[in-house]
Amino acid sequence: MSVTVRIPAPLRSVTGGAAAVQVESGSVANILGQLEARYPDIRARLRDPEGQLRRFVNLYVNGEDVRFLQGLETSLKPGDEVSIIPAVAGGQ
Amino acid sequence: MKRVRGLQCRECGREYPADPIHVCEYCFGPLEVAYDYDAIARLVSRASIAAGPRTLWRYRHLLPIEAEQVVDTHAGFTPLIRAENLGRALGLRNLYVKNDTVNPTFSFKDRPVAMAATKAREFGFDTLACASTGNLAGAVAAAAAKACMRACIFIPADLEPSKIVGASIYGPTVVAVEGTYDDVNRLCSEIADQYAWAFANINMRPYYSEGSKTLAFEVAEQLGWRVPDRVVVPVASGSMFTKIWRGFNELAKVGLVDQARVRMTVAQAEGCAPIVEAFRRHTLSVEPVKPHTIAKSLAIGNPADGYYSLRIVKESGGQAEAATDAEVVEGMRLLARTEGIFAETAGGVTVAVLQKLVEAGKVDRDELVVAYITGNGLKTPEAVAGHLERPLTIPPSFKRFEEQIAAVGLKRQTGAPAATSVA
Repeated sequence: MSVTVRIPAPLRSVTGGAAAVQVESGSVANILGQLEARYPDIRARLRDPEGQLRRFVNLYVNGEDVRFLQGLETSLKPGDEVSIIPAVAGGQ
Repeated sequence: MKRVRGLQCRECGREYPADPIHVCEYCFGPLEVAYDYDAIARLVSRASIAAGPRTLWRYRHLLPIEAEQVVDTHAGFTPLIRAENLGRALGLRNLYVKNDTVNPTFSFKDRPVAMAATKAREFGFDTLACASTGNLAGAVAAAAAKACMRACIFIPADLEPSKIVGASIYGPTVVAVEGTYDDVNRLCSEIADQYAWAFANINMRPYYSEGSKTLAFEVAEQLGWRVPDRVVVPVASGSMFTKIWRGFNELAKVGLVDQARVRMTVAQAEGCAPIVEAFRRHTLSVEPVKPHTIAKSLAIGNPADGYYSLRIVKESGGQAEAATDAEVVEGMRLLARTEGIFAETAGGVTVAVLQKLVEAGKVDRDELVVAYITGNGLKTPEAVAGHLERPLTIPPSFKRFEEQIAAVGLKRQTGAPAATSVA
């Protein structure tokens, strides 16, 4: 079993419309690498020209922000789910 | 001449048509409404605004609304009060309170929701939705009722009962999510991708957030078209904070005020202060936190507008400070006992932070300060209920009344000047 990456609407133009993509398990960084290999255009959307994740890109593993886990080093088991979600302003 | 040019990414500047979208497809930056300020300047004047309705719609030329018919819950144009008693207690000579507890659903959220509901109808949506810590829930549910739209409200399951009642009364579908506000928000982002609903704070966000500019417009107009020296604003996501700043600056751009020099001051609860913590670390990089505070309406651990809020604090020469839960309760009591205004916990945060900044010498005592009080205390009575004096209970006997009152005496008013004797 592999890992599911949920793709938000603004990114689906580079995944051929796919809302979810299956990749092999590994670290979050490794999974981003797999996505970028499969969809080369996704890289510039997620990263700034220095290769850093853009400020408004939030990554979640099974619903938890990776910044509360081990960041990009967080490792995923088969069956885990990664969500890429634009930061949303909330409100009181 | 069109007032609204479209939407523009705050990060990379890419332009988009004024559609129900909120994220730049290229860099994920937030989209913001772009205006033609020359066109607006030709439409508005102090006189034309003064002749408008006594609601936030008096500023409609500065808002992203095209439709003739707006969703009107009569939000806004709330009192700006000269707070002499609170000022005396805090040591400020020129303090005002913007009392936004008296909006139709008792918080400032009626302002952005007026925009979201009106735009949702313009776009042809039939369902209004939101992720909420409570205040937004009530505002969305009420506006949907007025607009004859369906409403679906997502809240954290541990929300205060009074806020659940305050939303449910308007007849929405309420979904209680077992998680924090940030969990609810993330879930709603995924739902918004799949359902053709107007989410106030997601796909309507560029329009929704513009409603908070009216908090700046009103303060400037109520001060006789001048901008205060400083404002103190309770901050969760930072959306309202950035829009108050934008509002003052837009007034200067279209010539309604001479200048927009105002020190923007962030007030957060210590148990959820990611923006204040970044300010203390002298960085613009906000690290998310897990909220633990009684100020649930400010319990957003991952503030989307945190970065922009910090930039504004820096650019405007402002401050950022946080208050503990005990200080929040004391702030609520102080505001109520000096000005007769019962604010929710966020109001306690504002007052407590202002007090700390004055005591630390970071606010000049002669500055014209406006404290934004954005929600009503009856939304969170449990926050203070255990901190108030119990009633004197007596039998219906005049003698027993006199005995009791002689024993304890009448309480002196907190806000009274020291020199004046109170009968």
